[in-house]
Amino acid sequence: MEKYLWAIPLLPLLGAGINGFGALTGALSRRAVNIIACTVVGIAFVLACLVNWELAQQAGHGGAPQLVSTWFEWIAAGSFSVDAALLVDPLAGVMLLVVTGVGFLIHVYSTGYMAHDPAYARYFAFINLFTFAMLLLVMGENLVLMFVGWEGVGLCSYLLIGFWFTDTEKAYAGKKAFVVNRVGDFGFLLGLFVLYWGLKEQGIDATLSIVGLREIVGANAISGAVITTVCLLLFVGATGKSAQIPLYVWLPDAMAGPTPVSALIHAATMVTAGVYMISRLSFLYLQSPLAMTVVACVGAATALYAATIGLTQFDIKKVLAYSTVSQLGYMFLAVGLGAFSAGIFHLVTHAFFKACLFLGSGAVIHAMGGEQDIRRMGGLRAKIPYTYWTFLLATIAIAGVFGTSGFMSKDEILAAALAANPDYTLVPGWLLYSIGTLGALLTTFYMFRLVFLTFFGDFRGGKDLEHHVHESPWSMVVPLIVLAALSIVGGLMNVPEILHGDERLHHWLSGAAPSVARVDVVGHGAEIGLMVALQVLILGTIALAYRMYLKSPAIPQRAAKVLGGVPYRLSYHKYYVDEIYDTLIVRPLHSISRVFLWGNVDVKIVDGSINGMARVVRYASDLLGRLQTGQLNGYAFSIVVGMVAILAYVAVK
Amino acid sequence: MDAFEPIRYNILSIVTFLPLLGAIVVFSAPAKAARVVAFLFSLATFAVSLVLWFRFDPQVAGMQFLARYYWIDDFGITYSVGIDGISLLLVLLTTFMTPIVILGSFTAIQDKIRAYMGLMLLLETGMLGAFVALDIFLFYVFWEAMLVPMYIIIGVWGGPRRVYAAVKFFLFTIAGSLLMLVAILVLYFEYHDTVGAGTYSAYLLDLYQVGLTPKLQVWMFVAFALAFAIKVPMFPLHTWLPDAHVEAPTGGSVILAAILLKMGTYGFVRFALPLFPWAAVELAPTIRTLAVIGIVYGALVAMVQPDVKKLVAYSSVSHLGFVMLGLFAFNVQGIEGSVYQMLSHGLSTGGLFLLVGVIYERRHTRLISEFGGLAKVMPGFAFVFMIVTLSSIGLPGLNGFVGEFLILLGSFGAAPAFTAVAATGVILGAVYMLWMFRRVMFGPVDNPANRGLRDLTRREMWVLAPVVVMIVVMGLLPKPFLSRMEPAVKDLVTTIQRESGHAGIAGRQADGPALVAQEPHSNR
Repeated sequence: MEKYLWAIPLLPLLGAGINGFGALTGALSRRAVNIIACTVVGIAFVLACLVNWELAQQAGHGGAPQLVSTWFEWIAAGSFSVDAALLVDPLAGVMLLVVTGVGFLIHVYSTGYMAHDPAYARYFAFINLFTFAMLLLVMGENLVLMFVGWEGVGLCSYLLIGFWFTDTEKAYAGKKAFVVNRVGDFGFLLGLFVLYWGLKEQGIDATLSIVGLREIVGANAISGAVITTVCLLLFVGATGKSAQIPLYVWLPDAMAGPTPVSALIHAATMVTAGVYMISRLSFLYLQSPLAMTVVACVGAATALYAATIGLTQFDIKKVLAYSTVSQLGYMFLAVGLGAFSAGIFHLVTHAFFKACLFLGSGAVIHAMGGEQDIRRMGGLRAKIPYTYWTFLLATIAIAGVFGTSGFMSKDEILAAALAANPDYTLVPGWLLYSIGTLGALLTTFYMFRLVFLTFFGDFRGGKDLEHHVHESPWSMVVPLIVLAALSIVGGLMNVPEILHGDERLHHWLSGAAPSVARVDVVGHGAEIGLMVALQVLILGTIALAYRMYLKSPAIPQRAAKVLGGVPYRLSYHKYYVDEIYDTLIVRPLHSISRVFLWGNVDVKIVDGSINGMARVVRYASDLLGRLQTGQLNGYAFSIVVGMVAILAYVAVK
Repeated sequence: MDAFEPIRYNILSIVTFLPLLGAIVVFSAPAKAARVVAFLFSLATFAVSLVLWFRFDPQVAGMQFLARYYWIDDFGITYSVGIDGISLLLVLLTTFMTPIVILGSFTAIQDKIRAYMGLMLLLETGMLGAFVALDIFLFYVFWEAMLVPMYIIIGVWGGPRRVYAAVKFFLFTIAGSLLMLVAILVLYFEYHDTVGAGTYSAYLLDLYQVGLTPKLQVWMFVAFALAFAIKVPMFPLHTWLPDAHVEAPTGGSVILAAILLKMGTYGFVRFALPLFPWAAVELAPTIRTLAVIGIVYGALVAMVQPDVKKLVAYSSVSHLGFVMLGLFAFNVQGIEGSVYQMLSHGLSTGGLFLLVGVIYERRHTRLISEFGGLAKVMPGFAFVFMIVTLSSIGLPGLNGFVGEFLILLGSFGAAPAFTAVAATGVILGAVYMLWMFRRVMFGPVDNPANRGLRDLTRREMWVLAPVVVMIVVMGLLPKPFLSRMEPAVKDLVTTIQRESGHAGIAGRQADGPALVAQEPHSNR
């Protein structure tokens, strides 16, 4: 009965197959590719809605809603067994809607954005394939299947970042993304192994099935050391996929891919996989306050750190990339606090406004004929009004202005930090709250800096470019409008109690990922007070950005100078982290391998000693051969010497 | 007894010697027909071997399709063949790859075609024989017999330094083999003195009964292990491999990587582990250490190779290190993963050498720096290359993942620290393979010689298609393969537990929990 669940991931896979065939043979027209690519994702979205509806029905009848569909036993060796099975609970249901819904909009947008690209079919094959892998990640019933999707999205990310592969830089960025993700996956794999054998060691029938694990963790007291190790190792995987400190370095470079890809993969879906994974395993993480605290702290640190880099970037997509890293930090902060529904809520609203921002930036780049440097933009407001308005609305949302979706979700996270449950959070909540608030203000600042520099003031790109600027086709504009609308009103799905809302998403997720950060430490009044204060600060920040970048554009330069250049340069050069990794890890590894391992160990020592042995043998046999001179005199002489020696030996003895 | 009984009884021998018959026909056929005749014979061999797959009873742990004849009666030497689930899969790997290799060599080999094709078929018989032989002397005959055709293939049809490479290959292998021969003789006489009670037998299942003293076991294990470790090849005995691969013609490289290397790991499974389990457990830390060094070292050295073939050769050192690590986990997951990885590596690395052959035929160079942007001029080639590359780096959903995952899972239960280090090979694998892929396939086509390169021909597609299909099938449906080997693997695990004298510890390793590596302590 629940077999139809498989249609959700398999439809995009089918699309990928057909479009891939089209890409290799050139047998499909652009129109055909369009229709196939969008239809499969569209149907998947409809099915995802049906699934959620069915879950809601189940919930109505009481009990924990959940759909499981097992297809076949995939890997089995001894007592280890993994099924090809899907599991949809409310948490996965929400993710399904995001992946297929936002995914569908981005597919539609892509038909316009990529319309003139010669490798059209290949693009849609990859992006369909991505959708398949992402859905597998979301729906996988066990950690191994989740890992299949996990690596699968990484592969598609690699393929799409390097989509324009004739550009060496872009191909390099794709490879970097894959390798950095592999570092994370290394942690993920080890996490699975520790989990499996850790359970076995306690005499438990180990499994990697999520449903099974939930039962096991519920019924047994598992050693804390094992759980903490598992959670931390899995989190290493999350820092790779979701671009957190220290593995975030690939995401800014990933902007080399086509912009819709940045919106889909590097903002709305794939990069949130880590947040989703932790929520999906909330029952495990809740057993380890240490791991939870690490997650929260890394999230908070990343949120602030990436925001400081966003302040100084000039590439429109780089600003958004660092913003994404920062916003993902908020999500980790939330799930680390045990506020899983807040994390997922922010994941959803972020999918709306960040997808809108990326697609908007794509429309800007499209309008600008490929230009991405905001120093060459300005005054685009009047030329591309739809893009401008949607971009502005999404910016208002990400800044957290009252009433928008961004406000609702970010406020929820900050409230959770303030009310952190000391049983799960080993650092003071006010500290996380302060970091989060500071990051929120920085976000407001760099986002409005971006808006003012791009859309306001005078055009700085020169006359030729100015004539080129044009609004995008409807296929691109409509998704922008939909996403902008969702950015504003999307928060209604989870209006906080403090605003007399009914917190629908929170309740919907309470079974799959129960939130624990709900300890009232500050009163209602104080919470309202802080909320109002933050709103005032946000508006003030917008005003500041307005003054700095529109009223008196000299201020930023002055500010850069006043700050002595050092903090500015650090931020502008992204704290030189890429360079540090390059100098400390990449280069040494290469030179050690080339010069020491290959040049010396392999060629000289190992092979040399063997060749040396061969030479010794040859030399020795040469020497022995020389004794065989064929001269009788020589032989006779040796015989005499030998006999004398023997006689002497006997005589002495 | 019906009329088909003799055929049924001798089915393994038919599979084994059909290529030999083919070789005779090829040698006596006109040169023009040699290619097709050889191809048809290899195809027929594959078709017959499929019977084995379907008639094999996956529930049975012991040897199947057993056939035994007296050979040298007075010495207890027999012609005995039979397969269990492990050798079944390796036999199929051999019969599957050989037609591919022969078809793949159609245009690459223009010189002395008859000899080349004949030798390929001879080689196939040698390899099949080694996989099915159950008499230790018979095994030794096949083991040595397969050395000669390979030596000639490298030495005659190889690159500029072919003679050096061929001699090196020969000397390395023969050095190990001779040690093994001595050990075989010791074992043979031990049987005579102990369980044989004055009779001789070289039948492997008899020899399994011989209980050697721990000290003798160690010596014997070392002798066998050296012979096999050279073939695998394990660090530091691997240096013949890059030379052999670089100099060998494409077909030779494919066979070498896909099947000959598996002789070494198969040797451990069939001989070194069950014959000397006590010593195997005793020396496991050493083997594991070498395996882990091989994984990391092979990957690091692969990373800096300027020649694609050398890169793939060193990657084999790394991948086979995984196989060894899994074998010495002594549990079901580890060993099944290892056997699976043997097959996977055969497909993916065989595929890689075929692909390198495709561009070598067009450009007559294998230097990575000579290429760039090939994905633009040869999109079909790039597509296949990508899939095989992903298979090689163990992307889940393709074959490489299943083996690698099971190996690491199993090995983690036995030796977590070793496994953690080994798992970095997963990262490094992506580094060197994608580095190479980027340099060869991506970037601008700035070398004019690469401009009008022809994409895959129809024949090349037929050569590569089966490999790609199996890469996907084995990634999605590993169950039929795993279930066939499982009884044999379980049997092996039990043997090691029982005979190693560390039943308590090995029992924990077999399927039980062991987060901390347990070093066997001698209590005998």
